[in-house]
Amino acid sequence: MLYNEPSPLEVKVLTRRFGLPNSQSLDTYLASDGYKAFRKAVEMGPEKVLEELKVSNLRGRGGAGFPTGMKWGFVPRNSPKPKYVVVNADEGEPGTCKDRLLMENDPHQLLEGMLIAGFVVDAHVGYIYVRGEYRYVIEILDRAIAEAYERGYLGKNILGTGFDFDVYTHTGAGSYECGEESALLESLEGKRGVPRIRPPFPAVAGLYQCPTVLNNVESFSAVPAIIRDGGAAFAALGTPKNGGTRLFCISGHVNKPGVYELPMGFNLLRMINEVAGGVRGGKKLKAVIPGGSSCPVLKAEECDISMDFDSLAKAKSMLGSGGVIVMDEDTCMVKAALRIMRFYQHESCGWCIPCREGTLWLRKLLARVHEGGGTQSDVPLIGELAKNMLGRTFCPLGDAAAMPTIAFVEKFREEFEAHLNGAPCPFESKPVSA
Amino acid sequence: MLTPEEQREIEQEAASYPERRAASIDALRIVQRRRGWVSDEALADVAELLGMSPAELESVATFYNLIFRKPVGRHVILICDSVSCWIMGYTKVRDHLKARLGINFGETTSDGRFTLLPIVCLGACDRAPVMMVDEDTHLDLTPARIDAILERYE
Repeated sequence: MLYNEPSPLEVKVLTRRFGLPNSQSLDTYLASDGYKAFRKAVEMGPEKVLEELKVSNLRGRGGAGFPTGMKWGFVPRNSPKPKYVVVNADEGEPGTCKDRLLMENDPHQLLEGMLIAGFVVDAHVGYIYVRGEYRYVIEILDRAIAEAYERGYLGKNILGTGFDFDVYTHTGAGSYECGEESALLESLEGKRGVPRIRPPFPAVAGLYQCPTVLNNVESFSAVPAIIRDGGAAFAALGTPKNGGTRLFCISGHVNKPGVYELPMGFNLLRMINEVAGGVRGGKKLKAVIPGGSSCPVLKAEECDISMDFDSLAKAKSMLGSGGVIVMDEDTCMVKAALRIMRFYQHESCGWCIPCREGTLWLRKLLARVHEGGGTQSDVPLIGELAKNMLGRTFCPLGDAAAMPTIAFVEKFREEFEAHLNGAPCPFESKPVSA
Repeated sequence: MLTPEEQREIEQEAASYPERRAASIDALRIVQRRRGWVSDEALADVAELLGMSPAELESVATFYNLIFRKPVGRHVILICDSVSCWIMGYTKVRDHLKARLGINFGETTSDGRFTLLPIVCLGACDRAPVMMVDEDTHLDLTPARIDAILERYE
């Protein structure tokens, strides 16, 4: 898939090879510092690599923002069991479209990140769990893997270091739930993709109950640059506690939607106006979902904010997976909430009742309100139902459905009320901008 | 009966894992790529090959959006109905597809050419609205583009 026109405001670390001729090939990768970080990691030894990762302030790019160095550090040193490296490439949070590009444009960067992870925790097998819809991405990865084997960057005694590592791709078949790490492991083992009780966490009991390093594509892809240039250099690109850059996926009502690599802490309004070319058609900005559809919506006046994990948490939203969804003044917030709920209801795995039933009833209620069949009591009921799900579901999918719903109702209450008692949707009578 | 090619491909996938059942999704997709969908008989054959009970494999097959347990047309259209695509004109695109094909979601055209299904976010939100036809992703959809795209699938 084509990579959008880059913005001059980008700081290209993970995407620096995007756009190079044959950016997928090993030769292109080697010509721009490829696999140097792995050699360096072997010289440094596992402890120093972990230390660099901690210094880098790299936080999990899948959405939760957990420090990657700390996560790797949880893997027990002297386990008699085999250990695994697993890449979460089940990108599925609506609004998120970055891992696809990272795998498609620079597969060796991901492979090198996996190699370093394997070396640090003493794992010798890695799996890349790729969502079922990205079939052609698997083909690109398989070609890169084959090339790495041929030239000694995978397999036995890699580059004469004595370290062995094998990598396999694994296909999903369409399930958002499998992006949750324990459900992903179930699916990778060939089972229905339902979540496991945690703890134990994958670092201790992951794939086949063995210690497992499990991270998002973007997290692994950041590792080679961190080891090559040093953790401090990566950390310095971002804000305190939020190291490095981030691939922000800007979609919705902007002039230049796309995936842009920007420093952590980049201002959201600048991102919309200066990077993505502003709101389409000179319309006014109404709301932004800052990090994928599970993140509570921000009203336009809340968008003067630093895009890092801590600032968004302070604003009672989340940085999530980096999916910035921009909505203009003609967008119906009830319909947006309904669209989002339909997604979570469909993708709820059904394993636990608060999520399975909660998402269904919320979808029905939101649809009723949008269609004009709602009454005054429905609006608070939506909020109450969603709050009842929070923290009471087996995995984070329930929270992911509840959190944006609560924010839509609380921040756009008057819009919900304008739909009640038989009123037609005030936005559907207008010419729709799209 | 699985064909020798299907068996060979499934065995190849199974060799990547400590347990054979880990290849269950791959195996279902290998069968589906050739036959369009996964019949009860094919399901039982795959289960046997992987050392699973049919019920275990059925629990996998019915969990995932992209495994079809009912016959489908020669080509399956999956149109994204998640939030970014909706913002960018999903409704228009959906209505155009339904009208052009003369079918609703879950239905197949009378000539057996297309089945139309909704799907969740396809991970190309910056190029919304988006749909897949078989394993190809199509971006920046408009009614005119859709007409041109459909021509390519006989």
